[in-house]
Amino acid sequence: MTRLMMRKMKDNQTGTISAIKAGGELGRRIRDMGLIPGRSIKVQGRAPLYDPVALRIMGSTLTMRNNEADYIEVETE
Amino acid sequence: MVPTIALAGNPNSGKTTLFNELTGSRQHVGNYPGVTVEKKEGTLVNNGYRMSVVDLPGTYSLTAYSLEEVVARDFLVNEKPEVVIDIVDASNLERNLYLAIQFLEMGLPVCIALNMVDVAQKRGIEIDAEKLSAFLGVPVIPTVARTGLGKKDLIATARRMAEEDRKQSLFEISYGDDLDRALAKMTPEIEIHHFLTETYPARWVALKYLENDKQILSKGHQKNSAFSEKLETIGKKVSTHLKATVNSYPEAMIADHRYGYINSIIKQGMVHRQHDQNRLYTSDKIDKIVTHRFLGPILMIAVLLGLYHFTFTYGEIPVGWFARFFGWVGDTASFYLPDGHLKSLVVAGVVDGAGGVLGFVPLIMFMFFGISILEDSGYLARVAFMLDRVFSLFGLHGSSVMAFIVSGGIAGGCAVPGVMATRTLRSPRERLATLLTVPFMNCGAKLPVFALLIAAFFSENEAIFMLLITIVAWGGALLVAKLLRLTVIKGEPTPFVMELPPYRFPTFKGLLIHTWERTWQYIKKAGTVILGVSIILWAMMTYPGLPESKRSEFAKQREAIMAAPPPSTARPDKLPGKEAGLSELAAIDGAEAEANLKNSIAGRMGIALESLTRWAGFDWRTNIALVGGFAAKEVIVSTLGTAYSLVEADAANSGSLSQTLANSPKWRPLVALSLMIFIVFYTPCFVTVVCISREAGSWKWGVFSMVLNTLLALILAALIFQIGLALGY
Ligand SMILES: Nc1nc2c(ncn2[C@@H]2O[C@H](COP(=O)(O)OP(=O)(O)O)[C@@H](O)[C@H]2O)c(=O)[nH]1
Repeated sequence: MTRLMMRKMKDNQTGTISAIKAGGELGRRIRDMGLIPGRSIKVQGRAPLYDPVALRIMGSTLTMRNNEADYIEVETE
Repeated sequence: MVPTIALAGNPNSGKTTLFNELTGSRQHVGNYPGVTVEKKEGTLVNNGYRMSVVDLPGTYSLTAYSLEEVVARDFLVNEKPEVVIDIVDASNLERNLYLAIQFLEMGLPVCIALNMVDVAQKRGIEIDAEKLSAFLGVPVIPTVARTGLGKKDLIATARRMAEEDRKQSLFEISYGDDLDRALAKMTPEIEIHHFLTETYPARWVALKYLENDKQILSKGHQKNSAFSEKLETIGKKVSTHLKATVNSYPEAMIADHRYGYINSIIKQGMVHRQHDQNRLYTSDKIDKIVTHRFLGPILMIAVLLGLYHFTFTYGEIPVGWFARFFGWVGDTASFYLPDGHLKSLVVAGVVDGAGGVLGFVPLIMFMFFGISILEDSGYLARVAFMLDRVFSLFGLHGSSVMAFIVSGGIAGGCAVPGVMATRTLRSPRERLATLLTVPFMNCGAKLPVFALLIAAFFSENEAIFMLLITIVAWGGALLVAKLLRLTVIKGEPTPFVMELPPYRFPTFKGLLIHTWERTWQYIKKAGTVILGVSIILWAMMTYPGLPESKRSEFAKQREAIMAAPPPSTARPDKLPGKEAGLSELAAIDGAEAEANLKNSIAGRMGIALESLTRWAGFDWRTNIALVGGFAAKEVIVSTLGTAYSLVEADAANSGSLSQTLANSPKWRPLVALSLMIFIVFYTPCFVTVVCISREAGSWKWGVFSMVLNTLLALILAALIFQIGLALGY
C-alpha cells in the first residue's frame, strides 16, 4: 500500500482515492464528478502531450489536467 | 395557463434528443434573460392537451460556480414549472442520480426519465425502475430517447403530475452527525424568520449556507443581514470543527454523503451489474486508437482538414448560387430603376448588404452540420482532450481549436462561423478569449489581398510568404489570448475536469435540428443589424458625392470622346464603338469613381488618417480600402482598384491591379509587408463584430475587439515599417 498523488500514477494503474485536497470551484467540480475518497479509479491513459489524464471511474471516463490531478491523493496496491 | 415541463439532467444524458422527441418541430431558441446561455422552448401537444417544454442547460450539480447551474436552478425556483423531468442516464447511474438528489432536496415535482436503458442493457446493467421509484418517492420511467420508447408513458405521467399539482414530500438525506446537527438548528429558525422560504425550502437554504454558496449568501444578506450573519456563524463553527476533527470541509462532507447515499440505493438490489464496472467497452477500445500518442494527432489533423474541406468546398457551391441570385436581383434592379441615388442605395446598399448576410448562411450551415457530427458522436471531447495541453498554455481550452480552425487557422476559413463555433466551449473566460482572438486567423476574404500583394512584391517566394502569414496569425492570436487572460479576462483557468462521453452514432434528425436552429438564429439576429450597417457603409463610400461642376467636367470629357467618330446617340456604355473610344471612356469613368471616392466620407477619413498611418507606410488610397474592408475584407481589393481609378472590370481582375501597385512609386515590398501584417490583425469585419457582440452578450466586447485589434495592427505595422526603413529597405 502506497499513497501517491494521481499525477504520479502510471497508465493502467488502479487505486483508491484517499483524499481530495482542493477546495473552492475546483474541489467542487472534482467531487461533483464523483471523485470522492473511497472510490476506486484506474488511469486509462494520457493525451499525446502527457496532459490531461484520462481516468476510468464508475464505469465512465473522466479527464482532468495534471495540475488538477495534483490535488487527488490515491492509495495503490 | 399552459403547464410547463422543465427538462433537466447531466450533459450527454440525451436531453436534447428527448426534447426533440417531445416537441417535434414546435420549438424555438432564445437566451435566458441577461445571460448568453441558450434557452430552448417548445410545445408538447398530446391528445389536445398542451404543455410548454423548456430545456434547461445540462449540468452535473447545482452550485453557484457555473453560469449554467445558476441558470438552471434560478429557472426552477422562479418559474416554478409544474413538472421537472430529470433525464437520468441509466448507463452512468451514480453521477446522474447525484443531480437527481439535489432536485429532490429542492422539493421540486420531479419525474425521472431513466434514459439509455438500451445502452445499460448492452453493458449488462439491469435497473429495477419500480424499486427506484418507491425508494425516491417519484415516478421513474425507463426510456430510450433515440427511438421514442417510453415517451407515451412519460407524457402521461407528466400530464398527471401537472393536473394533480400535488405537493412533493420533502426529501432529506443525512450528512453525518455534525452537519445534521447544524441543519437541525438552522432549519426551524429559517422557517420562523420566513427567510428566503418563499422561493426555497428551509433545509435547502441551511444546506447552502453550510456549502458557502455565494448566490444564496448574497440573497440572504440582502433579505436580512443580521440573520444571514447568524447563519454564517453557525456554518463557520461547523467548518472549523470539521477541519479540526476530520480535516475536511462541509462542502466535501456533503458531496461524500450524497454519493454515499447513492451507493446505498444501488446496494439495495435495484441495480444488477453483470460485469466489473470498469471493464472496457467498444468505445474505450476505439479511444485506444483515436487518442493514441501518434495515431491520435494524425487522425485529428485528418478529421479537422476533412471538416474544413467539407465546409468550404461544398459550402462554396450554394454560396455561389446565392451570389448569382443576388447578382441577378441587383442587375434587375439597376435595369428598372432610374440612375441616381435610389438605384445606388438599392443595388449597392440593400442588395449587396442582404447578399452579404445571406452569403454566409451556407457556410454556417455546413460548418454547424460538420461540428454537430463531431459533437454528437463524442469526438469533439477527444479533440479537446488531445489539444488542451497546448491551448491551456495560452489561457484557452482544448475545445478552442475548432473555432480557430473554422475561422481560418488553415488559411481560407471565415470568422463568422468561427465565432459561433465557440458555443461548444463551456468555460466562460476561455470562451471569451477565444471569441476575441479568432478574427486574427486568415479568413477566405483576406486571402485575395495577400495574394495580390504577394504576387506584386514577393512573387519568387509565394508559398513561404503564405506560410509565414499563417504562422504570424496563429502566433499573434495565441499571444493576444494569453495577454487578455492576464489582463482584461484574468482569472483562474476554469477546471478542465470533464467527461469523455462514449462514442455514439449521431441521428440525422438531431443533426438537422441542431444545424437549422443555429443557422436560423444567425439569420434572424445578425441579419437585421448587418443590413443596417452595410447601408451606412455604402453611404460613407458614396456621399457627399462630387460637386456639380466636377461632374459636368467628366460629362464633357465623355461627350468629347463620343462626338468623335463613329457618331452615336445611344448611351455611352451601350456604345458598340471603337476599342480606343471605349477604353478612353472607361478611363474617364474610373477617374470619376476615384474622385468620387476621394471626396466621400470614407475618402475624407482615409485622408485624415494619413497622419497616423504614414508611420506604417499607408497613403489615403490604402486607408480607404481598409475602411471598406470593415464591410467585408473582400472589399479591400476592389476599393483599392477604385482608388487607383481602375475600371470595374479591371479591378476585379487583380492581375492588373497588382501591376499598377508594383509600378507605383509609393509602393515597395516593405509597404506591402507592413500592410499584410496590418490586415492580419486589424478590426474584424462588421459581420464578425456583430457576432462577437451577440456571443459575448454585450456590445462592449464588439467595440473592444475593433479598437484593440486596430491599435495592435497599427503598432505592429508601424514597427515593421520603421524598422524596415531604418534598415534601408
Ligand atoms: N442508445 C441511445 N442513445 C441515445 C439515447 N438518448 C440519446 N442518445 C444519443 O446520445 C447522444 C447524446 O444525446 P443528446 O440528446 O445530445 O444529449 P444531451 O447532451 O443531454 O443533450 C446522441 O448521440 C443521442 O443520439 C438513448 O436512449 N439510447
